[in-house]
Amino acid sequence: MSVLYLVIPLALVVVALAIGAYVWSARSGQFDDLDTPAMRMLHDDEAGETRSEKREA
Amino acid sequence: MAEVRARLGTGCAHCGLAVPPERRAIGSAPAFCCGGCETAHGILRAGGLAQYYALGERRAAPVRPTGRSYDEFDHAAFEELYVSRRADGLATAELYLEGVHCASCVWLVERVPLLEAGIARAELDVRRSLLRVEWDPRAVPLSRIAQVLDRLGYPPHPFHGVAREAMRRREDRAALVRIGVAGALAGNVMLIAFALYAGDLQGMAPGERQMFRWVSLVLTLPALLFPGRVFFTGAWAALRTRALHMDLPIALALAAASVRGALNTITDSGPVYFDGVTLLVFLLLVGRYLQQRGQRAATDAAELLLSLTPRMARVRQDDGALRDVPTEALLPGMLVEVGAGQVFPADGTVVHGQSSVNRALLTGESVPVAVVPGDVVAAGSENVGAPLRVRVDAAGSASRLARLLAEVEANARRRAPVVALANRLAGVFVALVLLLAAVTFLLWVGRDTALAWDHAIALLIVTCPCALALATPLAVSVAVGRAARAGIYIKGGDALELLARPGIMVLDKTGTVTAGRHDLVAWDGDPRWRPVILALEEGAAHPVAEGFRRAWPDLAPASLEGVRHDVLGGVSGRWDGREVAIGSPAFVASHGAEITGWRERLAGAAVTPVLLAIDGQVVAVAGFGDPVRDGARDALDALRARGWQTHLLSGDDTAVVTAVADALGFAAHQVIARATPEEKLARIRALRAGAGVRAVVMVGDGVNDAAAMTAAHVGVGVHGGAEASLLVADVHLTAPGLAPLQRLVEGATRTLGLIRRNMLWAVGYNAVGVALAMSGRLSPLVAAILMPVSSLTVVLGSWLGRSFVAAPVATTAASPATRHRRAA
Repeated sequence: MSVLYLVIPLALVVVALAIGAYVWSARSGQFDDLDTPAMRMLHDDEAGETRSEKREA
Repeated sequence: MAEVRARLGTGCAHCGLAVPPERRAIGSAPAFCCGGCETAHGILRAGGLAQYYALGERRAAPVRPTGRSYDEFDHAAFEELYVSRRADGLATAELYLEGVHCASCVWLVERVPLLEAGIARAELDVRRSLLRVEWDPRAVPLSRIAQVLDRLGYPPHPFHGVAREAMRRREDRAALVRIGVAGALAGNVMLIAFALYAGDLQGMAPGERQMFRWVSLVLTLPALLFPGRVFFTGAWAALRTRALHMDLPIALALAAASVRGALNTITDSGPVYFDGVTLLVFLLLVGRYLQQRGQRAATDAAELLLSLTPRMARVRQDDGALRDVPTEALLPGMLVEVGAGQVFPADGTVVHGQSSVNRALLTGESVPVAVVPGDVVAAGSENVGAPLRVRVDAAGSASRLARLLAEVEANARRRAPVVALANRLAGVFVALVLLLAAVTFLLWVGRDTALAWDHAIALLIVTCPCALALATPLAVSVAVGRAARAGIYIKGGDALELLARPGIMVLDKTGTVTAGRHDLVAWDGDPRWRPVILALEEGAAHPVAEGFRRAWPDLAPASLEGVRHDVLGGVSGRWDGREVAIGSPAFVASHGAEITGWRERLAGAAVTPVLLAIDGQVVAVAGFGDPVRDGARDALDALRARGWQTHLLSGDDTAVVTAVADALGFAAHQVIARATPEEKLARIRALRAGAGVRAVVMVGDGVNDAAAMTAAHVGVGVHGGAEASLLVADVHLTAPGLAPLQRLVEGATRTLGLIRRNMLWAVGYNAVGVALAMSGRLSPLVAAILMPVSSLTVVLGSWLGRSFVAAPVATTAASPATRHRRAA
């Protein structure tokens, strides 16, 4: 089972990558509002108003 | 905001905030982010206090990512905006605190006066994370108070709803990052723990065993140092103020278990506890996040209202130049320019320009009103026509909108007793756990010190209130989510708990139990007159005109000549060479028609009559009324069957109200007609006073109900209500009719049952855990199983339990979405 000495550190690297990706997504605001987008997609876009503009507001 | 400042590096010479491009200074001159800072800087320089900016302490102070130094709290500009002085010399201010997450925080924060001389009182509204502080400004500056709060782990901010939005978002993101990291680490540590436990049972090579233990130590350390840090800072703050905070036993358990685990890893002996520690951090963070979010949602109302006012205003200076300033800096007497489509930043008087104004936010009246110089406009209303120049009469907290908010806030604060109870319970729980751990240690220390440590640590781990902390917030947030999908928007968990037990339901009539429209409910006349009526009412915005159009949507209007709208409330014209007139009996009579006998033609119904006369002859009679909503009787009867008392409150005429009350089965003593908004408020207060433990629920739709809704235990806004009333409501029903009200009450009852079941499980697990730990039978394996299983039971119970069921109709899904969009 000496392969464990290689696989476990490798797994840790993968975990670190996954955590990094999650932290990035959380910090960039992808989990800010989980309810509104689900409803928003059911409606037509309003002319002249984009997502990014709204986020800045 | 913080990111922006960090990126720019240099900031305002006074407060450190980012300097907007148009305010950048040339050369070495100091730059300021806003007029307020520039003024404060000038005052300090003029007063010989310039060394303030060189103070080492100011820079060395624990600087949050916000980059704020609390010294700004003492400046004249700040005081002007956020501090009010009382007659007895004390000053009061409201500060928003970051990091307020549970009832015990109230206890801690409210003891700040003991830490610093000169603070008279500190009162925290945990639902809004809002601290009201009273202090003697001669004895202690506000900045000092702010620093104390910061040291306790609650960085304060001046309360302004809009600014909070960004802060709250940042806090939420930080919490999510903590939860995610803790969860990932806990998952991995638990995987390794599985291997280790299996190894304990079946045997394992010593080298691999040691490697697994070291790896879990390596994974546990970051979980403690990064996400778990919040518990240590919380506990440390509690220690310094000698308060029994929930963080205390948690931090103790985490520290004791991980130190013991690390020692055992190094010496290769005994249990390591790492799986328990990391799981603890994860579950507690989840529970705290859910609880915080539930509380937050309940506090959104005021911020949303406030966020509807703009943050910047364009001020016309004396020399005619235009300058953009934050709305906070507006002072009475200033001239502001408000373009078409913009929202008024303050209450004021129009001095130049003509336009129309939409006051829907404040009055619920959606028809724009024309304004000319001399007219008064209110903050929060919208300029729909042409640009206007407005002289500010009242800005900030003095505006009508802000006073409406103050009423809402004051009502929110009165709901504190529930918090106080949770507060005391937390204190008792903490004391009990610490006591039990000490007893366990003492029981076993005589036999074996190592064993005594193991058992005490096991007890601390197993009693950590994971399941307990998850039980209520989880059930509530699942229920709130399901309710939202069923078209019921619930802003706070406490509203659910209050609705679960039968209480007193007070309903507004117009727009709540009735449709709130003028509908054609009676008609006596030849159908051939209908096109004539439509022609007369064509283009008119009057409710009666709209009622006719709704009643006969497919008819084409006849062609008329000389249509005249009369101020008396009627329209006249010529059709086919004949004089036609439509309107109230008085109007038609003034056109020379004989108007006797129309009452009989309407069969005595309680309606508003509209008569049509042709050449002085009444040819048709229409009756307008406000129809009762479909299914209202069924919903009310269902509520009554559950033990609810139902009351009807209305500003309408007695005859109309009585007719509706009879149709819906209200008892005579439970009906009040001709009630002004103030009388509605008084009625709610009286009911509350006499209600005992029963909750008083106000169901309404208009701004005239808003005060009553906030005064009640729970305010429910119905479909189609005015924006302001929906924002102050604890619950907002987005489907028409009263059936959602019935669903709301049923769902709340089921949710409370769920919470009770969850609590029972959690307490049961804790009791078993304590018994096992004290008797020394709680091996690390059993503890490792017991803890996640107890939390899992609660999670599954909340998820699988029935709370709210989706509404059968979803025809009005547009309304919540647009509202959300406006709030975004």
